[in-house]
Amino acid sequence: MTAVPFTEKTRRPQGGGVAARLGSLTTRRLGVLGRVAGLALVALLTIGPVVWTVSTSLRTPAESFDLPPRIIPAHGTLDAYRGVFQQLDVWLIALNSALVTGLIAIGQMISAALAGYAFARLDFRFKKPLFGLVLATMMVPVQITIVPVFLILKEMGLTDTLLGLIVPAVPTAFGTFLMRQYFLTMPKELGEAAMIDGAGPWRVFRSVYAPLARPGLAIVGVLAFNYHWNEFFRPLILETSNENFTMPLGLVSLQGNLGTGSISVVLAGVVLSMIPAVAVFVIGQRPLREGITSSGLKG
Amino acid sequence: MRSRSRATDRAAGGAARDRAAQRRQRWTARLFLAPTVIGVVVFTVVPIAGSVVLSFFRWNVIDPAHYTGLDNYRALATDSSVRAAFGNTLLFMVFAVSLQLLIALVLALALQGRMPNWVRQALRSAFFFPLVLSAASVSVVMKYLFNQDFGVVNWLIGQAGASPVPWLTDETWALSAVVLVYVWQQFGFSFLLFVGGLANIPKELHEAAAVDGATGLRKHLRITLPLLSPTFLVASVVGVINALQVFEQPYVLTDGGPGDSTRTVVMVLYQTAFEELRFGEASAVGVVLFALILVVTALQFRLSRRFVHYQ
Repeated sequence: MTAVPFTEKTRRPQGGGVAARLGSLTTRRLGVLGRVAGLALVALLTIGPVVWTVSTSLRTPAESFDLPPRIIPAHGTLDAYRGVFQQLDVWLIALNSALVTGLIAIGQMISAALAGYAFARLDFRFKKPLFGLVLATMMVPVQITIVPVFLILKEMGLTDTLLGLIVPAVPTAFGTFLMRQYFLTMPKELGEAAMIDGAGPWRVFRSVYAPLARPGLAIVGVLAFNYHWNEFFRPLILETSNENFTMPLGLVSLQGNLGTGSISVVLAGVVLSMIPAVAVFVIGQRPLREGITSSGLKG
Repeated sequence: MRSRSRATDRAAGGAARDRAAQRRQRWTARLFLAPTVIGVVVFTVVPIAGSVVLSFFRWNVIDPAHYTGLDNYRALATDSSVRAAFGNTLLFMVFAVSLQLLIALVLALALQGRMPNWVRQALRSAFFFPLVLSAASVSVVMKYLFNQDFGVVNWLIGQAGASPVPWLTDETWALSAVVLVYVWQQFGFSFLLFVGGLANIPKELHEAAAVDGATGLRKHLRITLPLLSPTFLVASVVGVINALQVFEQPYVLTDGGPGDSTRTVVMVLYQTAFEELRFGEASAVGVVLFALILVVTALQFRLSRRFVHYQ
């Protein structure tokens, strides 16, 4: 590859008056504008339904179907939110969701860090086949295993409990893979130096490598939080009592109970359930993005 | 490992001590691996085997299980509702994945061009925002937006001069609505993969091509797309695996209807197992779906040999 220094000028054909050059500059600028305008339109379509949801949740029932959809409600009211709290034990299901999601995220971070470190830095028998096994399960969808998992949990007495939702979700093949990659990038010399100073394998992991792996752990945690806060399929199957419902289940049941009532109430519920997800989006945007981008490494 | 023992040798010089250290390391490894490996075996490996075994039995949990050989599979093949579900799911997969990849690719490429950095970041965040929301609650919202009479989608269509579409109540339209809702939420995933893939393409290649006189479209066709092909493969494999498992959107939007027009394989699995308590047949559905995923994925990798270029 020839390393020709590249500037805009070298690409433009030489010659032509100032006017011609100015003209091409404006068309180019128009091109950029058009492209950005197109992108902005798509962004509007992407965000639009969410904006509509928030604004409708603030309307009175009479106004909830206003067309054209008004972004700023004519008579803003929080009645719909009061309605959600009347019809649904919001605090309880939010607590359920937080408990399930939080414990799964912490559990995944710990188990993935330990297993990832073992695969990256420790020596033991059957290392390769075991890693292959864990990798292979990354491709196995939860839907395929749900019937036997349900039966196993039933045998353990864990169906219709929050624990039954948490325990199977803690071992994470993707998290283990990601953490292994993370530990592999760290210099071996750090651990060797600690060992010469008399540190055992646990100390080396805990004091030397684990602190360095924090960005990777953030990815595992944020991905786990996002996935399980929104999870619907497993809770739908495992949780039958209302007091064990998580947010998405509660919302869909809210919609069912209502029948003909105000959609503002349902949408207010949706907004409430979105708050933590949006918080994660704002705070955890970077780890989330990196997690998705690095899932491109799989396969 | 080898370098570690050498280091220890130098420090301590005792072979016995080295062995003790090795034993200690093996035990540490076992303890570290236990939660993940036991979990993976109990909640993935055993259940897969369990599904295969169960699929040869008739069992409703209450009465004793009854070995029936291939009866469950035969029942699936002849059940028109199940056949419709497999057909719908494949059709859904084709449209959802191609639409999702196309939108994501165009957006990722368009975002590469010149614009202020904050605009680029704002747009990128907007595209990936729906991903953080739950598919179930998003579908609740979409049910209202796609309502035939008072939904915003039909209002917009009306503004453009067309007549309203019976999105969720007509057999020919319902699957399209499910595809649109799914793609709306999911394209951000492929988009992020493409953004990452594009970032990995060395700038010098484009510059060299520009010097040689290549312009916009040619540059993309000759350089960007071939170099992006590994990312494209991953995006389509992940896209297909996810699409074949579609559940929340049709469950909330249409509950499989009207008729069987939006019933998907995972919906059949759910209903057969947990509404009708026919665990054997449900397991057979799971086994067939798993096989389908493996076959389609293998096909993709096969095909990819012709189209994917690695640097």
